[in-house]
Parts: sequence; structure tokens; C-alpha cells
Amino acid sequence: MIDRRLFTNFDWGLLFLVLIIAGIGVVNIASATASYSMQDTSYAIRQVYWILIGLFIVIQVCSIDYHLFADVAYWFYGVLTVLLLVVLFVGKTTMGATRWLNLGLFSFQPSELMKIVIIMVVAHYLANFTAPGRLTLKDLVNPFLLLGVPAILIMKQPDLGTATLVVLIALSMILYAGIRLRAIVTLLLAALPTVFLGWHFYLRDYQKERVLNFLSPERDPLGSGYHIIQSKIAVGSGGLIGKGFMQGTQTQLRFLPEQHTDFAFSVFSEEWGFAGCLVMLLLYLALVLWGLNIARRCNDHFGSLLAVGVSAMLFWHIIINIGMVIGLFPVVGVPLPLFSYGGTSMITTMVGLGILLNIRMRRFMF
Amino acid sequence: MKNQRFIREVRDPSRRLLFLTIGVSILFFVLLMRLWYLQIVKAEEFQNLSENNRLRLAPVAASRGTILDRNGEILVDNLPSFSITVIPQEVTDKDGLLKSLSRLVGMDEAELAEKWLKGSKRSRYQPIILASNITRDQLEILEENRLSLPGLDVAMHPIRAYAHGLLGAHLFGHLGEISEQEMGNVRFKGYNPGDYVGKSGIERNWEKELHGINGGRQIEVDAMGRFLRTVSERSPITGNSLVLTIDLKLQKAAEAAFGEQAGAAVALDVNSGEVLAFVSNPSFDPALFAGRLPAETWNRYLTDKRHPLENKALKGQYPPGSTFKIITALAGLEEGLVDEDTTVTCTGSYKFGNRSYGCWNRKGHGTVNLRKALRESCDVYFYRLGERLGVDKLAFYATKFGLGKPLGIGLENEKAGLMPTKAWKEEKYGKKWLSGETLSVAIGQGYVLTTPLQLAAMTAVVATEGTVYAPHLVKRVVSPEGTVLQEFHPAVVRRESLRKETWRAVKEGLFAVVNERGGTGAFARLYEVKVAGKTGTSQVVKLSNRRGQIPYQYRDHALFVAFAPYDKPEIAVAVVVEHGEHGGSAAAPIAGKILRTYFEGTGVIKKPVIQKTYSSATPREISKKTETDTLVPEEQNAEEQNGYD
Repeated sequence: MIDRRLFTNFDWGLLFLVLIIAGIGVVNIASATASYSMQDTSYAIRQVYWILIGLFIVIQVCSIDYHLFADVAYWFYGVLTVLLLVVLFVGKTTMGATRWLNLGLFSFQPSELMKIVIIMVVAHYLANFTAPGRLTLKDLVNPFLLLGVPAILIMKQPDLGTATLVVLIALSMILYAGIRLRAIVTLLLAALPTVFLGWHFYLRDYQKERVLNFLSPERDPLGSGYHIIQSKIAVGSGGLIGKGFMQGTQTQLRFLPEQHTDFAFSVFSEEWGFAGCLVMLLLYLALVLWGLNIARRCNDHFGSLLAVGVSAMLFWHIIINIGMVIGLFPVVGVPLPLFSYGGTSMITTMVGLGILLNIRMRRFMF
Repeated sequence: MKNQRFIREVRDPSRRLLFLTIGVSILFFVLLMRLWYLQIVKAEEFQNLSENNRLRLAPVAASRGTILDRNGEILVDNLPSFSITVIPQEVTDKDGLLKSLSRLVGMDEAELAEKWLKGSKRSRYQPIILASNITRDQLEILEENRLSLPGLDVAMHPIRAYAHGLLGAHLFGHLGEISEQEMGNVRFKGYNPGDYVGKSGIERNWEKELHGINGGRQIEVDAMGRFLRTVSERSPITGNSLVLTIDLKLQKAAEAAFGEQAGAAVALDVNSGEVLAFVSNPSFDPALFAGRLPAETWNRYLTDKRHPLENKALKGQYPPGSTFKIITALAGLEEGLVDEDTTVTCTGSYKFGNRSYGCWNRKGHGTVNLRKALRESCDVYFYRLGERLGVDKLAFYATKFGLGKPLGIGLENEKAGLMPTKAWKEEKYGKKWLSGETLSVAIGQGYVLTTPLQLAAMTAVVATEGTVYAPHLVKRVVSPEGTVLQEFHPAVVRRESLRKETWRAVKEGLFAVVNERGGTGAFARLYEVKVAGKTGTSQVVKLSNRRGQIPYQYRDHALFVAFAPYDKPEIAVAVVVEHGEHGGSAAAPIAGKILRTYFEGTGVIKKPVIQKTYSSATPREISKKTETDTLVPEEQNAEEQNGYD
């Protein structure tokens, strides 16, 4: 059923890279959750299951020609936008935010999937321009509407992290598609008052708190600033070579917040030190550049835009998550792809990887 | 054409891809730089922070050093005290816990709740002390019900045990929780909040030696502050012991001799300056200060007219009354104004200026020489001598004997007493010294103030004929292992050289006070040992009418100073009985008992086989022999009359 050529063009290198990162992630989760109570020891094992499920999804995504995504993009987009609206009204509320949709068997986060769908929609829209690189302000109205509607809905949940990601992914793709200098300048000028107004009218108090605490964690060392401080202590105390596997005191004594999910990299930094972090950063850099390389080598515009979108998704997750862990960004709930524990993040990432592999193996097929 | 468009389409994006690649790499590099900053540049700082995060120091209080008497008898020791603590975090049902706790150990629930509230303001993970110093019974009940009281714990720490109860409380002093102010003091470096420190007496002044070094357990805690394990432990080091110069037997006898009376007594070894007994009566219970002092006890102490909390031996300032005549006599002899044979006629009063200064014996003493003047405490003799000496000469000699300034015994707030001079009055009141005031000073009244300690020291200098030793309380500092760390040898501060005849004449007079017919100090007489002394009665207020019952607080103070043996002095004693009225009848017997106990200790006096207490036996014995002395009150104060004449 699957073309033999597809199999020979399969990017084993990328898959290998992904499995290495995910494997390190599993080991790290084992350490991060070692101090949890006995029945929780299965986090690492469950993460392995998620990886296996993810690989299955990769195969599924690969088996469909990615050009098909262009046709269904708007449909997906429409359905997800509706689901985002539904979530706002009937969603499951955890930790003050309504992000989940209970589908009986499992819970589902439409905003996660929106990251993928926005890539498809924006790629589809931009690919139709005959004069790439010359996008004017007028040309940007539609894509901005496309990304603006879900971004605002996600922000309403409220999920600042995902909303930011959706915007950043789309902007990265627009940047890649090429845009007139004048448009960029105009956008930047427009962004300033938007930020100002958004701060005053749109951000919730706890979100403002987070931003302020990020700017000065000592504001409230036992409150929300606590996470940043403890994470910085964990990372910093790792030193050059770290405290060793399962030896991180910050981790094992549970000074870290959400240490198997959003702060997993903090655990890794403490136990493996700067040396380990360097290796991880190189692996992630390789992953992102690999994605961009697929975009470069792809012969059709839609495919390369798609690949850039997926790369951008991975890239911004990595930058925001690690930046948050080391105190460069405020604490927003953004997981580190392949590294943080959790099925949703794993599946989203694997769908993205499936798309990359899909593009890579079909680059000669027209 | 088509080819060119294709190229443009592909090359253009690939150039932008290059920019993206560069941008991506730059941002990754930023992350790496930040990691470098945190993990390499700031590594040490964050490592310290992570250590502080995980390690807590749980202080372990050191046992204080013991306080022993000169013969090694334990005076103050330690015993374990148990307190109930609770960690709020571990308690789910606070009200239920407090309720069952109050039911089990019989404590007020509201009080427990209040302590909880106070303590929980700090941290939910820090133990709160709900009750300290619980009894053995309470402890047992708690141990039995431990399982039904989750979150409760019993902590042990050493507290002071006073082997002889109230004995020497003023001398040893009391402990109290370290104050916030003290915590900031360099003297208390290394102390923990909640530590007990000496607040008065020896405990306070020898705090450094006694306190020991707190130990600590370094414990590992999790993010909740919960105990995980002990990382390292440093045992506390017990404080050093003090061997005092105090003789327990003497101290005991002296305190017993006071009975219910308020006052102070100090006994000194005249040949070393060692303090053998240091009494302030009534005493207080220092153990009560270790915990929270019950309000009723506190009130009782405060309202007691006898001021139990005051260290009278050190801080009580009394007019020396006739005991000061020793100084006047010494000064007069040394200045050559009188000799042993100089006589004065006492008619019962002395007219000076337009005022009449009365003698306590209004009938008069007739012809009086120095010996008789001392023996019968004739005021007129000393008025006249004082008048010729002048106040500054009196002060000059008084200062030689340690009056008017602190002796430096090494206890806090030692009082200086007061020895007036002309210049002093000029400065203090801006008024000229009146010659009449000199007359009052000559008999130890007026402005003169002395402490019992100063009186004892003064007597000791008379006993040694001028050798001034520094009075001290501590013989040795001994480490917990028994090594002598510091030894205090007798130190001669100075020698006051007066003429031989001066000493002899005064001492003979003092011998006569106790041993001759008509002497005012007969109650201090011992038959086995020759005692020399001087009575004193110091006026508290001027009263025109001394007949009938005088209210307690207006009665005169009774004083007595003595040394013995007369020929080769060993011990000097000063006794002040507050509002005891007459030195001879109130203070002298106490001095006598102290001296008797002392000489029993040295073996000079054999203890009677059938134990008799002195209070019943000795004075009666004396009174049979010297009826006149004991029946007649020795002296009345002089100024009482002249104020109204």
C-alpha cells in the first residue's frame, strides 16, 4: 500500500534523534518522580506508552500525503474553533483554567491541536500567493484573522502560553513566507499600544502577577515567585557536571514545582549540570535545524511552509520552556517537547514530527 | 522564464531560511549563555542556596555548668524538662487535638489555643511549644495516648535544678529566655532564640562559662519542611562548672538564722576576701523563672513588704548607723585627735550650735573613753570626735575601708553606697556643707549609705589591720571533664597602714562590745572563740514619738558587724536586719549563729552531742550572764531627738 520509495526516503536520522531526546526524557521523568508516593512510580513507564502511541501516530500521519492537509485545513480549523468555543462553556476546569473537553473516554484539549491546525491553515493560505516575499499589510489581514480568532479564544480559557505559541508559530511562518519591510515596521508600531491595552484590559490578575514575578521573583518569594526562584536554584546548583542522576536535592526533596512536566528540564539541569544542558541544547538545536532543512529541501511551497511551521512550533516550545526554567521568561504552562511528561504534548509533538517525516519522504513526488 | 520563476521561488525562501537558522541558533545560544551564567558563574551561590533549602539546623541546647560550693557540694544543677510541641502542618483536627490534650493533661484549652495561634504565625512546619516543663505524670499520660494525638511530640531540654530550693537564690540568680535585645548583643553570639540565659547573680555574670556551647542537628527536610533524616550531629558541650567560695553550711545557717525577718548577711574570709556566705532574706524560688512565672507568685513577690526579689546584700543601701563609729574611731586615733585615755563627758545630749544632738541613752554615759564609747555606743563621744575631724577626713578614712564605691565583687548593679564630702554636697545640692551634718555622719547617719557587702569588707580590713583583699565569689572554673580552667587566688588590693596603737585601741573596743558588761553586742558572744563586733541601728524615718507599736516599714534597721577570732581573725560578718529595730538584739544573734557555724566547721567549736538549736539555747545562756545588756535596748537613734529639739 505504501510506496516503496516512501520507505527508502524515510528519515531514519530524524526518528533516531527524536527517540534519543524522548529516551533521555523518560530517564529524567524517572528521577523527577522518584520522590513521589509509591503508586506514582509509573510516570516513566506511562511516558514510554505515550511515546509508543506517538510513534503509531507518526506512522499514521506519514501514511497520508501531506498535500491532503491543504484540502482539509479549513475544515479542521472550523471544527476546532467551534470546539474552543464549546470548551469555554462546558469544559473541564483544572487549576483555574478551562482547557479540557471531556469526551467520555478521555479528556481532550482542543487548543493543543490548534497548534497543528494553525500551521496547516496558515501554510495553505500563504502557499497560494504567487509572489512570495512581498507580502503587504493587506495580504496579512486574512492570516491575522485566522490566527487571531483561536488565539483570543485560547487566551480566554485562559491559557496565555498556548495562545502565545499559536501567534508565534503563525508569525514565524509569515516571516518565512516573506514580508515587506514597511509591513514589519507598521506591525511593530501597532504592537506597542496593543501590549499596553492588553496589559490593562485583557490579562487576568494572576497572569499579570506571573509577568511581574518573572521580572522580579523576589517580589513574592513564597508565592508565585517561588517557582522561578526554586527552579533557578535547581539549575544553578547543578554546576558544571551536576549532582548526578537521582541526586538532585531540589528535585528529590520536591522544592520544584511540576517537576515532571513543565519543570522537567530544571530537574535535568540540576542532576546533569551545564555539560548535560549543553548536550540537550545541541540535540534540540539539531531537531529544529533538521526541520528547517526539510523545509529547505522541500520543492513545493506548501510543504516547506508546513515544515517551517512544525519547526517553529518545536522551537518556540523549547525556547519558552527552557527560558522559563532558567528565569528568562515568565512562568507560562508550556511543556518541553518530548521531555515533559504528558500525553497531550507528546501527541502534538509526534503529529508535528509525522508531518516533517511526511514532507521529507515525499519531496520527490509531484 | 518558468525556470527563472522556479529558481526565484526556491532561492528566495532558502535565503530567508538561512536567516531563520541564524535566528534559531542565536536564541539557542542565548539559552546556553544563561545556563553558563547560572551553572558556572553563579554555581556556588546557587549551591549554597540549595543547601540552605534542604538543610535545617535544629538546635540542641547545652546543659549549663553546675554551681558548687567551696567543698564541692552541688548548689545548682540541671535536670531534664519535658515540653509538649506540635507541628501544625501535621495536624488535621486542631480543635479535637487541643480538646483531648487539655482533657488528658489538665490544661486550659483556651490557653493552648492561644499558644497555637501565636506559634502558627511563623510557619506551619515549625514546632510550637504548647506546654513546657510538664510533670512526669503528664508525660506518662501523653506517652500512653501518643497514637491518638498525631502531630504532638515531646521535647526534652535541660533546666536548672536548685538542690537547696530557695537557698542563695539572689546569689546564684535566675535564668530567663534570651530577649530580642540580648540576641543582638555580641555577648550572645552563637545563641539561639529560646535559649535560657542568666538574668541575675552568678548565672548572669558567669554566663559565658556556664552556658556551654549549643549543639545542633543538621537535618534534611523536604519542600514542606518535614524532617527526613539527620545529616550530621554536633553534640552540645556542657558549660563549665563554678566552684564558689560560698560554704553551703554557713549559707544555710545564715539563712535559717534570719527566719521570717528581712535582711542581708555577708560573711568573708578576712585572709582571702572569699565570700563564705551571701544572704538576702527572704528569698525567692529561682526555679519558677525557668518556666512561666505564675501570676499569683509574681504578685506575691511584688507585694511582699520584705521585697524578696531584691538582692539586699549587694544592692541594699543602709545607713551604717553606729557600725560607722569604727571608722570615726580609727580616724580620730590616727589623726591624733584622741587616744585611748581621752575622755568625754556624756550628759545624754550634745549641744552644737543652737541645736541639741541627743545620745541614745538620754541619761548619759558619764565619763567616756574610747573603749567605753565603742562598747556602749556613746553618740556624744563620736559627735565630738566627728566635729573635730570634719566630714572630709571621715570620708577619707571611710574610703580607705571600701565605703562609698562598689567593691567589684563581680555581680551586676553592685551599689556604691554613699560617703558624703563637702564637695559632694556642693555639687549635688549646690549647698554648703553644714557642720551639724558632720555630727550625723560621725555616727553613721545622715547621708552615709553602705551595703551589707561593704560593711563586711570594712570589718575584714579592720580584722586584718589594713590588708585589703578583693572580695570574690568564685574559687575555680572547672571544665565538665574536671580540669581546672581558672583558679582565683586571694589578691591583696592594697594595704592601709595605720599605726599599731590605732588598730589595737579600736579592736579592743570592738572586743568589749561583745564581751564586756555593758557591751551592746553580747548576743554575738561565743565562749569558745573571742568575737569582736559593733552594733548599729539605722534610722529609717524620723519619728517624734517612739512609744507604742511603730508600723513595720518605719522601724529602724538593725545592724551588726563582727570578726573572729579576736586574736587571729579568720572571718568577718556583716548582718543587716531590715526594720529589726535594734542591732544588738536583732542582728547580733544572727551574726553569732553564723560565727558559731563557721567555727563548728573548722572544728574549733565541738557540736553539742544533743543537738540543740541556738535560738533556744544560746541567747538564754547569754542573757543569764549579762542581764543588763539584754534587757535594755542598746541604742536609740540620735537624730530622732535633735530633729525636734
